[in-house]
Amino acid sequence: MKIEVLGTGCSKCKKTKEVIEKILKQAGVEAEVVKVEDFETILNYGVMVTPAVVIDGEVKLAGKIPDEKDIKKWITK
Amino acid sequence: MVDIFYPLQWIADKLTYEVFGIAPDTNLGASVNFIIYDVMKIFVLLTVMIFFISYLRTYITPEKTRKVLGGKKGLQYHLLASLIGTITPFCSCSSVPIFIGFVEAGVPLGVTFSFLITSPLVNEAAVAALWATIGLKATLIYVISGTLLGVFGGYFIGLLKMEKYVADFVYRIKVGDQAKKPEDLNIKERATISYESVKDIVGKVWIYVIIGVALGGIFHGYAPEGILAKYAGKDNPFAVPIAVLIGVPLYSNVMAMIPVIESLIGKGLPIGTALAFLMAVNAISLPEIIILKKVLKNRLIGAFVLIITVSIIFTGYLFNIIL
Repeated sequence: MKIEVLGTGCSKCKKTKEVIEKILKQAGVEAEVVKVEDFETILNYGVMVTPAVVIDGEVKLAGKIPDEKDIKKWITK
Repeated sequence: MVDIFYPLQWIADKLTYEVFGIAPDTNLGASVNFIIYDVMKIFVLLTVMIFFISYLRTYITPEKTRKVLGGKKGLQYHLLASLIGTITPFCSCSSVPIFIGFVEAGVPLGVTFSFLITSPLVNEAAVAALWATIGLKATLIYVISGTLLGVFGGYFIGLLKMEKYVADFVYRIKVGDQAKKPEDLNIKERATISYESVKDIVGKVWIYVIIGVALGGIFHGYAPEGILAKYAGKDNPFAVPIAVLIGVPLYSNVMAMIPVIESLIGKGLPIGTALAFLMAVNAISLPEIIILKKVLKNRLIGAFVLIITVSIIFTGYLFNIIL
């Protein structure tokens, strides 16, 4: 599984990545988490309000830090 | 008019003079009373405003906005873009993606700027703090003139035909459309989002509010009456431009700034000069310019800063004449 955190370096984006990594660890799920900062990729996903979370190429959420509950749902599917 | 904040003043009086037992008519009493009253009033208005505007914002997203404004020219679209800017205070880290998204959808450069100007200039947190401190009338004047600044500033930038001063890569980007659509939210989800942003924003700004109110309170209680009227009053023609030129590069938390400004007004700073200063602080800042540099070439940034600075100075003089 590849998880991309889209964001241009705001504090919310960093927090988003931290939360995701924490939940992955708790759930014992292996995944590659990368932070995407270039505008082209972010906008190709249609995201204008960051942070956003993309899992295996699918935009899961944009504009806020994800809930821990939601992250669990995404990674255990 | 009935003062809807009367209960808060009552609580502040009770706390200061009875619970804390500080004598009225003393510097300490004036300061403490000011601090308690202001903190309560700001937090009440902040909570209500953020909730209300966030709720509204769940209907008006950048994705929808750029579709509506794509290919539209004319002052009415500048007005629409500027109004939308007032209710979407994105953090400055989103301004570049939104800028690119607008350009890609064919929103004219001038209309895009109308949005970009108002977006940081008029935002619900600053409006709540202004309302709580210097009153509804001055707040409305701030909001209306801020919106008009966005309309005409953007219109003027549009007239300059500076499209070629947008970074070339911007025109090559294709915006996808798979980001989650917020249209299918129900009332409960919208309320949850609004509640989250109240928590988020209040959680972030509360410390600045306290610092600002404390500084303002000390100044309110201890600075001599009329001290600012003497140096920065209306009869000093340089007060407005100096205030604006200080405000432009300044990147400061307006939530801390507004209560201080309130107490400065109390000591004779003209409201017009104060509002012009706040506009300058909000509208442009060095970090924002650094972010915009990623997508705009220097000439366009220069034109943008110059137009906004001159308009705010002009607005400040106008305020001082009419207020």
